[in-house]
Amino acid sequence: MRRVYLDHAAATPVRWEVLEAMLPYFSERFGNPAAVYDLGSEIKDTLEEQRARVARLVGAAAGEIIFTSSGAEANNLAIKGAALANLKKGRHLIVSAIEHHSVLNAARFLEKFHDFEVTYLPVDQHGLVDPERVEKSLSPATVLVSIQHGSNEIGAIQDIDELAGRCRAQGVLFHTDAVATAGQVPVDVQSLQVDLLSLSGPGLGAPKGVGALYFRDKLRLVPQIHGGIQENGRRGGTENVPAIVGLGQAAALALGELDAKSRYLARLRDNLVAGLKERVPQIHYTGHPLRRLPGHASFCVEGIEGEALLFMLSRQGIYANTGSACASKALKTSPVLTALGIAPDVAQGSVVFTFSQDNQEEDVLYVLEQLPPAVERLRSFSPVWRKKVAAASGA
Amino acid sequence: MRFLNECKADATADLVYRVCPMHLLEPVDLIKDLKQGQVLEILTDYDGALEDIPAWCAKNGQEFLGVGEDEAEDFYKLYIRKLH
Repeated sequence: MRRVYLDHAAATPVRWEVLEAMLPYFSERFGNPAAVYDLGSEIKDTLEEQRARVARLVGAAAGEIIFTSSGAEANNLAIKGAALANLKKGRHLIVSAIEHHSVLNAARFLEKFHDFEVTYLPVDQHGLVDPERVEKSLSPATVLVSIQHGSNEIGAIQDIDELAGRCRAQGVLFHTDAVATAGQVPVDVQSLQVDLLSLSGPGLGAPKGVGALYFRDKLRLVPQIHGGIQENGRRGGTENVPAIVGLGQAAALALGELDAKSRYLARLRDNLVAGLKERVPQIHYTGHPLRRLPGHASFCVEGIEGEALLFMLSRQGIYANTGSACASKALKTSPVLTALGIAPDVAQGSVVFTFSQDNQEEDVLYVLEQLPPAVERLRSFSPVWRKKVAAASGA
Repeated sequence: MRFLNECKADATADLVYRVCPMHLLEPVDLIKDLKQGQVLEILTDYDGALEDIPAWCAKNGQEFLGVGEDEAEDFYKLYIRKLH
């Protein structure tokens, strides 16, 4: 049976060139970068080279990058670290309603344990945050605004330079979660006008367990992992050297391939979207139609459960997602789809496809062949769908 | 401890919220780039720096000028003059 993997937002295989670069750091180059002898100082030099490579991917200086264990940790360090470092200014934080859980729950932590007031901004039907609304929500007590660059659930890419520019003009720090966009579209901290930016390894073809935070030069952050002087005293814990080497290698590869990759992924995505719209009635493309991740196609299919469709697709060797694993496992309607104003019964039919360069046009054709009959079969079991069809036909 | 009302610095090491012993490591690097007679300012929220920085100066033959007072801030400002 053909195997078509289209869940790259959830997990991506480590690229061979990345794995190859990492391997020596598990064995012969095992030293601790903090050690004073050459086995350590060589590793320290390697770490700094990777820092420069990651910095280049986002248009930053090497000294503005902190390595972390994940995108989630980078988000936590950005939000809690910057908020707690600026308590003198105030205790107001602004985030969008469709942020990743590592942003939303970091904000809730500040609400619960540090008396912060958090403004959760709504989004429009395409998932975009209104810059006017952000500006109106700012107050003298606002210490930080955090709005994701791209959504891994609906693919929408925010107008970050506009949003962040308005905050900068008011002297308010701005963080963006670029886990979904780094390596997919150009990400430049200067043109985006952000003070903090998170990214992670897996989206770049690096392993899980590594991420990075960009922080604008000299910005103060309260460490969230207390330990030694690693990461210049900003994040304790001996660095995960092999994974960081993987991240550096993946960042360098991503930078060189960005344009061609974006075009290739967008072509696959557009063919899938056009094909499914043609073949499946009552299917809704979620997120913004144009401002979106190149390899990301998300839909709500009326009259079915997304989980059931995933199960049927997986039996045909097609692997996709419903968007938010946490929400779907808890059998809750996705808060992101709810924020778009999608009715709960429609949101239940969420299905998300995320491509990588490993996918081919034949993969799209295979999905177009397999998905429509699967939807039809699921709908045939659904009394709600049958009633809906009968009502529409006037029966 | 000597307190200073005002002290002009030629370089600053901002170590606020950065863990011990960064308050010793980064100034050592920065002072190398200063000329003789120039002043390094160290910003830190680490209480131990009040002992460690004067002790480091005494041991290394640099002049500890004192601690700057700034009630609006909740961190210390320490000043070192490079003697050699």
